[in-house]
Amino acid sequence: MTETAIPNVTPSRPGTAVPARPRGPRLTTGRRRQLLGMAMVAPALAVVTVFFLVPLVMTFWMSLHEWPLLGEHQFVGLANYIKALDDSEWLNAIRFTLEYTALITPILFAAGLALAFLVHRESRAARIFQSVFFLPVVIGFAAAAYLWLYLAQPGLGPLSDLAVRSGLGSRDTNWFATATSGLLIVTAMVVWKVAGMQMLLLLSGLQSIPGELTEAARIDGAGRWKVFRHVTLPLLRPTLALVLVFSVAGSLLAFDQFYIMTNGGPSNGTITAVYQIYRTSFINFELGYGAALSAMLMVVLAAVSALQMLLLRNSDHS
Amino acid sequence: MNLIADVRRTLPRAAWWAACLCVSVVTLYPLYTMLSQSLKTPAEATENPPTLYPHGLSPENYTALGNTGQVGVWQHVGNSLVVAAGATLLTVVLATLAGYGFAKLRFRGSGVLFFVILATFMIPFQAIITPLFSILHGMGLSNTLLGLALVYTTFQLPFGIFLMRNSFAALPPSIEEAALTDGCGLVGAMARVLLPVAIPGVISTALFTFFASWNEFFAALILVTDEAKFTLPVTLTVLASNQLGTLNWGLTQAGVAVTAIPCIVLYLLLQRYYVTGLVAGAVK
Repeated sequence: MTETAIPNVTPSRPGTAVPARPRGPRLTTGRRRQLLGMAMVAPALAVVTVFFLVPLVMTFWMSLHEWPLLGEHQFVGLANYIKALDDSEWLNAIRFTLEYTALITPILFAAGLALAFLVHRESRAARIFQSVFFLPVVIGFAAAAYLWLYLAQPGLGPLSDLAVRSGLGSRDTNWFATATSGLLIVTAMVVWKVAGMQMLLLLSGLQSIPGELTEAARIDGAGRWKVFRHVTLPLLRPTLALVLVFSVAGSLLAFDQFYIMTNGGPSNGTITAVYQIYRTSFINFELGYGAALSAMLMVVLAAVSALQMLLLRNSDHS
Repeated sequence: MNLIADVRRTLPRAAWWAACLCVSVVTLYPLYTMLSQSLKTPAEATENPPTLYPHGLSPENYTALGNTGQVGVWQHVGNSLVVAAGATLLTVVLATLAGYGFAKLRFRGSGVLFFVILATFMIPFQAIITPLFSILHGMGLSNTLLGLALVYTTFQLPFGIFLMRNSFAALPPSIEEAALTDGCGLVGAMARVLLPVAIPGVISTALFTFFASWNEFFAALILVTDEAKFTLPVTLTVLASNQLGTLNWGLTQAGVAVTAIPCIVLYLLLQRYYVTGLVAGAVK
C-alpha cells in the first residue's frame, strides 16, 4: 500500500538515488567489498554451472538428437518429441504417475493435517510425540522400501500375518501380484514415511497463528468447527498450498519405491515417468530420447514450482 | 458432580493419549520389526508365520553382512561416509562463502545470480540425469565417489546458500562494523565474528546435506555402476538379489538397520537444528 501511494516515481536503480559518495578511500573499500563478494560467490557458482546449468541446457540439446551411449550422435530435430507423443509405454507411465499422485496426495494431506492438529499443544508429551511421528522421515526411501517390502511379504511378513489374522487374505496372498495392490502397499509405505514431514510443516503454520485469534472467536461464541473453518483454515492457506505442492512434486518424481518394491511390475503396471526415463536412458541407452522425456517432465515440474511461487507470493501480500 | 466434572476434564485427555499412542505404535512398529528381524537367527527369520520377537538373539546377520557381495557391507558404509561427508563439507564451505557474499558483499548482478541459484530448486536432478551422466563420463568422474559427491553438493547448494544468506542477512551490520573498526579485515570479520553467530545455519545446512547424500538412491544407482563403489542404499539391492534361492530377510533387514540407524541417531541428537532449518527453508 505505501509503495503504490507514492505517485509517479520513475523506476530507478537503487544506487542512483543516493548522492555520490566522495571519491577516495571509501570508494576503494566499496570496490574491494564487491570484488571479495564476487570471489566468495564464484566457487559455488562454478559448481552450479558445471553440474546444473550445463546439463540443463544439454538436456534440450540432446533431446534433439539420436544419442546412443557409444558412437556418433545425429541431429533429428523434434523427432524424439513426436515419438514420445505416440509411445504407449511413456503414455502409460505418465498415466500411472498421475494416478499415483492423485491417490497419495489427499491421503498424505489428511494424515499430515490430522497429525498436526493432534500434536499442536504446549506440553512435553506433545513434543515427544512430534519427534516420534517425524522419525520415519529421516530414513531414506531405499531403506524404507526394503523394510516395507519385508513387512508385506506373503506369509513371512508381519503385515501379511496381520491380514491373515483379521481375515483379509490367505497366507500366500501375494500383494505384489497385481499392480493395484502393489500400488496400495507402496502408498502405505510412503504415507508412513512422509506424513511426519507434512505434519511438521503444517504444525509450523498452525503455530504461527496467534492463539488470541482463535480464543477471541471462541469467546464470541463460535464452536470448534466454526473456528477451524473461518479462522484457522484461511490463515493456514499458504502452508496448505506449500504442503500440497511439495507432495505433488514429490509424487510426480517417484522412482525409488517402485523400483525397489514392485520393480515396475507386474507387466510394467507400476512404471512411473522417472522410471521410464531411467529405462530409456540407462537400460536401453537411448540417451537422446531419454533427454526428450526428461525435458517434458521438466516442463511439468517447472509449472508446478511456478504455481508454488505464485501461491506463496500471493500469501505474502494478503 | 465432582465425578462428572472429573470425567469431562480427563476424557479428552485420555482420548488424546490413546490417539497419540496408537499413531506411535504404527510409526514405530516397522522400525521395531527392522531391528527384531535383523537380530533373529537365519532359520527364525524365514519362519512362516513370523515370530513377534527374536527367540534367540543372534548377531549372525550383522557378521554375515561383512561377507556378502564383492566387498562386504562395511566397505559400502565407508563409501557412504566418504560421499556424505565430502558433499557435506563442500556444501557447507561453498554455501557459507556464497551466502556471506550474497548477504553482505553485494556486487553488480548479485541479485540476479542469487535468483539463478534459487531457480535450481525448480528443476529436480531426476530431470537432468541423462546429460549429467554424459558430463561426468566426459570429465572422467563417472563411477567415482568424487563425482557422486559433487552432484550431491550441486543439488544441496541452493538450499544451503539460501539458508546461509538468511543467517548472515539477519545479523545487524553493526556487528560487522565493530569487527572492522577493531582492525579485522573483511575476511577476518567474517571468520571470527559473524560465522560463530551463524553456526545454527551451518549445522542445518550440514545436516540436510548429510541426510540427503546418505539416503540418495536414484543418482547413486545411475552414476556408480562398480559394485565396490556402491553407497548403502544401492548396496541394499545387492543384499536383496545376491543370495541364492530364497531371500534372507534377516540379512536384508540388518542392511536396512545399518542404513537407517545413523540417520535416526543423528536426528535425535540434532533435531532442533534440523527442524528449524526445515521450517525456515519451507516457509520462506
